[in-house]
Amino acid sequence: MANISANFLGIRSPNPFWLASAPPTDKKVNVLRALEAGWGGVVWKTLGPQIKNVSSRYSAVNYNGSRVMGFNNIELISDRPLEHNLREIEEVIKEFPDRAMIVSLMAENTREKWHELIQQVEDTGAHGLELNFGCPHGMTERGMGAVVGQDTEIARMVVEWVMEKATIPVITKLTPNVHSVVPTGRAAVEAGSNALSLINTIQSITGIDLDTFVPNPYVAGKSVFGGYCGPAVKPIALKMLATISQDEITRKVPVSGIGGISTWKDAAEFMLLGATTVQVCTAVMKHGFRIIEDMCEGLNNWMDEKGFATIYDFIGKTVPALTHWEDLDINYHIVAHINQDKCIHCGLCYIACEDASHQAINLAWGKPYNTYTIKEEECIGCNLCKLICPVDNCITMVEKRKGDEYLNWKEFQKRGLPLNDH
Amino acid sequence: MPIINNRLSDEEYRTNFSDIHPPFETRDAALVEANRCLFCYDAPCTKSCPTGIDVPKFIKQITTDNIKGSAHTILEANIFGAGCSRVCPVEKLCEGACVYNLMEEEPIPIARLQRYATEKAMKEKWQLFDRLPSTGKRVAIVGAGPAGLSCAHVLSRQGVEAVIYEKELKGGGLMTYGVAAYKVTPEFCADEVDYITSLGGIEIKYNKALGRDFTLFDLQQKYDAVFLGIGVGEARQLHIPGEQSEGVVDAIEFIHQLRSNPYAQIPVGDKVAVIGMGMTAIDAATQAKRLGAKEVTLVYRRTKAEMPCTEEELDLAMLDGCNVIWLAAPKEIIGEKGKVNALVCSVMTLGPADASGRRFPVDSGQTFMLEVDMVIKAAGQMPFTELVTNNLLENNGGKIEVTEKTKTNLNGVFAGGDCVNGGKEVVDAVQAGKEAAQAILKYLQSDESHFFQKESTQPTIFEG
Ligand SMILES: Cc1cc2nc3c(=O)[nH]c(=O)nc-3n(C[C@H](O)[C@H](O)[C@H](O)COP(=O)(O)OP(=O)(O)OC[C@H]3O[C@@H](n4cnc5c(N)ncnc54)[C@H](O)[C@@H]3O)c2cc1C
Ligand SMILES: Cc1cc2nc3c(=O)[nH]c(=O)nc-3n(C[C@H](O)[C@H](O)[C@H](O)COP(=O)(O)O)c2cc1C
Ligand code: SF4
Repeated sequence: MANISANFLGIRSPNPFWLASAPPTDKKVNVLRALEAGWGGVVWKTLGPQIKNVSSRYSAVNYNGSRVMGFNNIELISDRPLEHNLREIEEVIKEFPDRAMIVSLMAENTREKWHELIQQVEDTGAHGLELNFGCPHGMTERGMGAVVGQDTEIARMVVEWVMEKATIPVITKLTPNVHSVVPTGRAAVEAGSNALSLINTIQSITGIDLDTFVPNPYVAGKSVFGGYCGPAVKPIALKMLATISQDEITRKVPVSGIGGISTWKDAAEFMLLGATTVQVCTAVMKHGFRIIEDMCEGLNNWMDEKGFATIYDFIGKTVPALTHWEDLDINYHIVAHINQDKCIHCGLCYIACEDASHQAINLAWGKPYNTYTIKEEECIGCNLCKLICPVDNCITMVEKRKGDEYLNWKEFQKRGLPLNDH
Repeated sequence: MPIINNRLSDEEYRTNFSDIHPPFETRDAALVEANRCLFCYDAPCTKSCPTGIDVPKFIKQITTDNIKGSAHTILEANIFGAGCSRVCPVEKLCEGACVYNLMEEEPIPIARLQRYATEKAMKEKWQLFDRLPSTGKRVAIVGAGPAGLSCAHVLSRQGVEAVIYEKELKGGGLMTYGVAAYKVTPEFCADEVDYITSLGGIEIKYNKALGRDFTLFDLQQKYDAVFLGIGVGEARQLHIPGEQSEGVVDAIEFIHQLRSNPYAQIPVGDKVAVIGMGMTAIDAATQAKRLGAKEVTLVYRRTKAEMPCTEEELDLAMLDGCNVIWLAAPKEIIGEKGKVNALVCSVMTLGPADASGRRFPVDSGQTFMLEVDMVIKAAGQMPFTELVTNNLLENNGGKIEVTEKTKTNLNGVFAGGDCVNGGKEVVDAVQAGKEAAQAILKYLQSDESHFFQKESTQPTIFEG
């Protein structure tokens, strides 16, 4: 059995799975339930000046019958009195001393307000602080949240204030609503932040009601841009995480990965790209805390299979595999192959390649089943057919190198090699 | 009195004859299945539908909440799409070809989804088709069954007026009078005929029979073209002693009774033998059972490998508690005071395969006797040989001979459906009606039509 426990700047948790700062972590009753279910830690719902929420606040994107592929909210930070939150945090830490308790913060933008809030939170015994520089709606209109994260200088200043006061580890949570997360990440690290976490939600409109013509979520005839999360944002989050892991300044601090994580597989991917722990919100809002069981068991079994004794054996392992486009090997050529025994004759590969790729699949008409074969000389190896095929491993990509040696684009040009002639 | 009616309570009749393929209860339920559809290209299901409904398209349209578009996709190819969704033997058509079968998974419930879309269209009375301006042409159609109505609908959309002569008092043909009652109700059949004719330009003259009230020649004189969709007639005779005994009934007649009267009025025996193993035999057997017969036995002279019904249909009969005796041919019906009390059968063996590859049953010389009080004959249906021959139509044992799928030997006279193919499914008849309509439209524009015998200046010979 692998050891899946995490040590994040001295903050220990029995597994690397934390709940992200959000409704599942906004009060004692559900946080206790989460920890009982087995979550490794929580990032308490953001504390700050008490706010008031609107009622209708969530919306979602469904895809082909799958509900909540993407999730959207226009909720602000905690709307409960600060003292209640602080008291409950303290109580939870007492009941579950072995779990990570991080508290998310968003103070009004003065040194005094930040210091005051940090003091109050540290008094609870919390293990770490997470600075919410990412909330993309509502709080931004008050000069907080994403507006801090979007301006490197403001972010730097706030982190400096925080570091003057904080005695426990500080994680800066980045907003994805920027062209690159690296500048703010660097500013935070340079200002002393001990760690980073990302991503917060992405500004979005999930859809428009075709009867009322008002976007979702509907609030008395109006709506606002919301924050998007859930499985749909995972690829974007992974890319942003990778850039943090590649940058020479930001890669010096540990990272907590967030965005669309629903399973142990998603988590492993974030960790392979450099995350030490991961945080989950939408998946729990959809399925409840019980998903933690498979997350732990699945990660454990996978680590055993791969021979990883601890999570540190694979954190960041994938980062070196990301390179520049012009360093990719142009001689690496693959062609599709259809396994006729597995083929169910749905024709999806054929029409995709015919209409959108390289017309490299042959259709031999039959009633009711056509036979599809690859025209190898036409196939460019793009993977499209394989991606579309509904049967696992029916279409496989077979390596047919164009040349033995590694050849990249720079070298290709230098040698004046010929481009396509049709 | 072994053959009696009113064997069951109203409640029992209702349960026994309730829908065997219930519809989706909710939109969500339909969406779960619709979303499973892979949206195949050049889809095997479409290729396996005789009317070529674009199945992936109509299913996709259900998922986008474009139910109107979905219904249009279905009905454009098959105007009986609503009825077909309840009566088609889909296991050997669209659903049988669904690629999920090749993954050993349940096929998409295509018929049920088709029902979902078309039911809504019928309920909302959506008029999904337009008619082109009138061409001034008129076509006579004999028979308001699936073939005739399908032909009429295509013609009317193209601005050609269709006048249908129907010998019964209701339209729909065997859909109304033949198909098992647990698949479609008389009300549904009437609604479907109304929905089809709501397009306009289709007139049905009921209680008018070719050969009784008018001749084909009359129609040729009065109309620009004629389509014959008269179906097939009575069940084949067994030609065995005792066939005239009381209690020996024709399956078609038995089902016609059942489809036209309250169940409680339909008499059925205690112990019933059904001769044959086709769709009609299965329907007669299951419905006899559902009317309250105690014991129903299907008697077939070949084996399961040769049976014309599908596995699903056989299962239905078995689940209803019917027995099957394979390799048994009726030899004699024994009666007492003119009433059936036994059926003697020859035990058969299978001989070598004939030219079509089907093995022919041979009499082994042994016999056995089955105690029964009712015998239902369902060993195939007979075409209207006399009617067809009297009207100078070339035919093959009564089945009208056609070239190019729908043209009879008489100029301007077309035919299709059961009367040509000898008895297949509703969906085949609908396709035949469509094809004939196309041929008629081409014909109406061609020179040939000038040689048609119509003499519009002559006073009409009959009051149609
Ligand atoms: C018992 C039984 C069960 C069946 N079950 C199914 C099933 O579940 N699913 C399925 O797909 N198919 C089923 N079929 C077959 C299906 O009903 C037929 O294939 C289909 O109805 C043929 O359509 P048609 O228009 O060619 O003929 P019909 O439906 O037979 O229509 C012919 C019409 O012409 C009229 N007509 C006949 N002679 C004259 C005349 N001389 N003058 C005027 N009008 C005339 C008839 O009254 C009738 O209305 C069943 C058939 C039977 C007998
Ligand atoms: C309803 C809702 C409320 C949220 N509130 C906060 C918040 O108060 N503070 C914060 O830092 N992030 C908040 N988030 C963002 C999540 O912590 C997380 O970063 C984001 O949802 C991406 O993770 P996911 O894809 O697992 O949901 C909220 C998200 C949701 C859905
Ligand atoms: S890999 Fe691309 S080019 Fe090759 S057959 Fe598949 S879709 Fe066509």
